[in-house]
Amino acid sequence: MIFSDCSGCTNSVLKMTKPLITIAVTGLNAIDSPGPGVAVIRGLREAASFDVRIIGLAYESLEPGIYMHHLVDRTYHIPYPAAGIDALKERLEYIIGKEKPDVLIPNFDAELYSFMKLEKHLNTLGVHLFLPTFEQFEERHKVNLPEFGKKHGIDVPPGFVVSDASEIFTISKELEFPFMVKGKWYDAFVAYNFEQARTYFNKISAKWGLPVVLQQYIHGTEYNVIGLGDGAGNTIAAVPMRKQYITDKGKAWAGISVDDKKLMALTRRFVESTKWRGAFELELMRTNQGKYYLMEINPRIPAWVYLAVGVGQNIPEALTLLALGKEVLPFEKYDVGKLFIRYAFDMIVDRSEFETISSAGEL
Amino acid sequence: MKINKDLAISENGFLFNPATGESFTANPMAFEIIRMLKEGQSGEKIVEWVSRHYLVEKSTVEKDLHDFFGLLRLHQLSVEND
Repeated sequence: MIFSDCSGCTNSVLKMTKPLITIAVTGLNAIDSPGPGVAVIRGLREAASFDVRIIGLAYESLEPGIYMHHLVDRTYHIPYPAAGIDALKERLEYIIGKEKPDVLIPNFDAELYSFMKLEKHLNTLGVHLFLPTFEQFEERHKVNLPEFGKKHGIDVPPGFVVSDASEIFTISKELEFPFMVKGKWYDAFVAYNFEQARTYFNKISAKWGLPVVLQQYIHGTEYNVIGLGDGAGNTIAAVPMRKQYITDKGKAWAGISVDDKKLMALTRRFVESTKWRGAFELELMRTNQGKYYLMEINPRIPAWVYLAVGVGQNIPEALTLLALGKEVLPFEKYDVGKLFIRYAFDMIVDRSEFETISSAGEL
Repeated sequence: MKINKDLAISENGFLFNPATGESFTANPMAFEIIRMLKEGQSGEKIVEWVSRHYLVEKSTVEKDLHDFFGLLRLHQLSVEND
C-alpha cells in the first residue's frame, strides 16, 4: 500500500491510495460458451490491493468485452495462434510499446502455449505473467490424462488417444458405451454406439485437428474446482462448485459453492504433487458412490471465476500479485452455498466503434 | 438415524447440503420428521408422533418412515444409523 497526502481534502487526514497496475487480458468473448476475460476483469476491478487499467486483447471484432468501456479501457486485436508465435510477438511488442502493461493474463487454452513461449521475452519488456511450466502444461493435457492420473494418484476415467478413424473400432471394444469423444482443445460429445463415435471423431478432428480423445463416460454429478498454485506446491486459492444448470455446450450457466473435504483434499494433492504454477480448473465427476473422477484439467482461469471472487477469494488479484513477485498468503475460507447465475445482456454499440476496431485493430 | 449436522434447514422447509451443493424442498411432514431427527428423537418416537398426529396405523408409518430414511441416506442428508 502507498500512503500519500490527501492534498485536495479539507482536513489533514491521510488518504490511502492504491498503486495503479496496467493489465492486459484476453478472452473478451462473453458469449454462450464464454471466454473468462470479462469475469477476470471484474475481479481485477474489485482488487483490494491495487487499481487497474485494463487493456483488452481480442481476436474478433464482435467480442463483447471490447465494448464494455466500464471494464476495458482500451482493446487491441491480436493474431490467432495459427498465425504463429512471431506474428503474436510482433503485435504484442507494438501494444506493449503503447500501453506498457505490467501484467498479462492469457485466458484461452489454445493461446497459452504461445504466451508460455514468449514469457521470458515479455519479462524483458517489463510484462509479467504467471503461467504453468511447459511440463505441467503438457502432462495435464487431455491426451496424457491417464498417465497423469497414475503419476499423481488421482482417479481418471480410462481413455485412449486416437489419430485415425480406423482405430475407433478396436478401442471401442476396450471401453463401454457410452463414451466421450473429445477434441484436444475444445468440444466433447457422448457417443452411444460405434457410428456416433466415428461421426464425432470426424466432426472434432475437422475443427480442432488430431488427436482426438476417447474417454469412458462416467455417470454422476459434475463438480468443478477453481484454484491457484504458487509453483512451490502451495494452494493459494481453491473454490469447489457444483454445476446447477448446464447449457447444451456443457457449460455451467449456474453453479453453487460447496464444502466437500474430499474435493479440497484432492485439489491440494494435485497442487502439491504437480507444484502447479498459476490458475487452473479441475473438472470432476462424482459418482453416486461418492467417488471423484478427474475428467479434465484446464490450465487457466475458468469463465465462472467471478463466483470465487464473490465468495471471498479474488483469484485474478492473487494471480496478479504472484506475477509481480509479491508474497501472497493462501486464502483460508470462502462462503459456502453462494450461487452464480449467468445472464445474457444486449449492449447497444455505435457502428463507429465496430468500424474502428475492425479497421484499425484497436479501440 | 441422525441428520447430517452440516445440513442447512430453513423454516420454510428448504434444505441445503453444503457438501454436495444439492438442495431440496421438504413438505410439512418431512420437515417435521427432519426437525425431530435433528433434535435427536428416535425412530420409535417419530412413528408414535406421526401415527397420533395423522391418525395412521403404526405399521404403515413404520414402512413409510423406512422409505423416507432411505431417501435421506441416498441424498447424504443423514450420517449414520442408531
